[in-house]
Amino acid sequence: MQAFSSDNGSSGTSSGDELRIGSLTLASRLLLGTSGYPSMQVLLDAIAASGTELITVAIRRMNLEDEQEEGFLSTIRSLPVALLPNTAGCYTAKEAVLVAELAREALETDLIKLEVIGDDETLMPDAEQLVKAASELVMSGFTVMAYANDDPITCRKLADIGCAAVMPLASPIGSGMGIVNPYNLQLIRELLPDLPLLVDAGIGTASDASLAMELGYDGILLNTAVSKAEHPVAMARAMRHAVLGGRLAHEAGRIPRRFYAQASSPMHGRVGR
Amino acid sequence: MSGSSIDKSTAQAPGPTLLVNGRPCRLPSSGVLLDLLAEHGLNPEAARGVAVAVNERIVRKADWAERQLAAGDTIEIVTARQGG
Repeated sequence: MQAFSSDNGSSGTSSGDELRIGSLTLASRLLLGTSGYPSMQVLLDAIAASGTELITVAIRRMNLEDEQEEGFLSTIRSLPVALLPNTAGCYTAKEAVLVAELAREALETDLIKLEVIGDDETLMPDAEQLVKAASELVMSGFTVMAYANDDPITCRKLADIGCAAVMPLASPIGSGMGIVNPYNLQLIRELLPDLPLLVDAGIGTASDASLAMELGYDGILLNTAVSKAEHPVAMARAMRHAVLGGRLAHEAGRIPRRFYAQASSPMHGRVGR
Repeated sequence: MSGSSIDKSTAQAPGPTLLVNGRPCRLPSSGVLLDLLAEHGLNPEAARGVAVAVNERIVRKADWAERQLAAGDTIEIVTARQGG
């Protein structure tokens, strides 16, 4: 009898299943936001527990009166993670392009999480401005990761423009509502089989992240689900395993759903029959 | 429309003539961006993770010493913060 082998090389859990976005190669498919943690130490512990290799940051005016301002950036720069600046808070393509250019100059990276929102209540992307900004940034040589509505048509436009990744929302930012329209996310996946697709925003707990990965998404970007969890570091660990579990399940290929039961144990040779 | 005439009148005024991160600020006597940033404790060597835009255009660190400012210019000095 064959010995039970503790393989993971062939099952794609570690090596050989990297996520590639632009020139980046990531072993972890979980991207983590850095906002809203109870303390800097909790953020650092959550980053470590999540296993993430790419974390998001915002670009904001320097506080010119505060000498300590550089603390955050120098601390996260000492970590073995890459930085993904965002254009959070931008309402127009013009604003987003300027913030992206400032981010490239400040952080010496072509990566940008492009976010162009339509209002304060939903923080939903403004598709028109988003597509315009994406087009300009791709032409300027940015590696654009576009935060989008779960709308297949907008996502396809972003892909056609040349975005390196498209990131439809599960539900509104910070809502924790999970995937409200798995059907749309599945359509987007089927429409864009070769482009890196990540679910960004709305993830509430581990099962939401697993479901997105089971739908065939390439990765998850989340923040609030971890930073505002009762125990952020424990939730970061949960998300790490959820993303990995969902990825493995997708790769493994789930059984088809059926209406009626099918016995797992053999029916013949039952006692007394 | 009358933008140039406004610039001339503010240049004569003794008060603040630049807008730095949304706040009024005096034009440095040299008129050079590098000197304005130095007044705020920033120099090109130490300012890692900082970016500067004048009138919504990026001025790279290498160009800080050459960039002449004028009355009415808007300067944005940014860095990375916690974000999602």
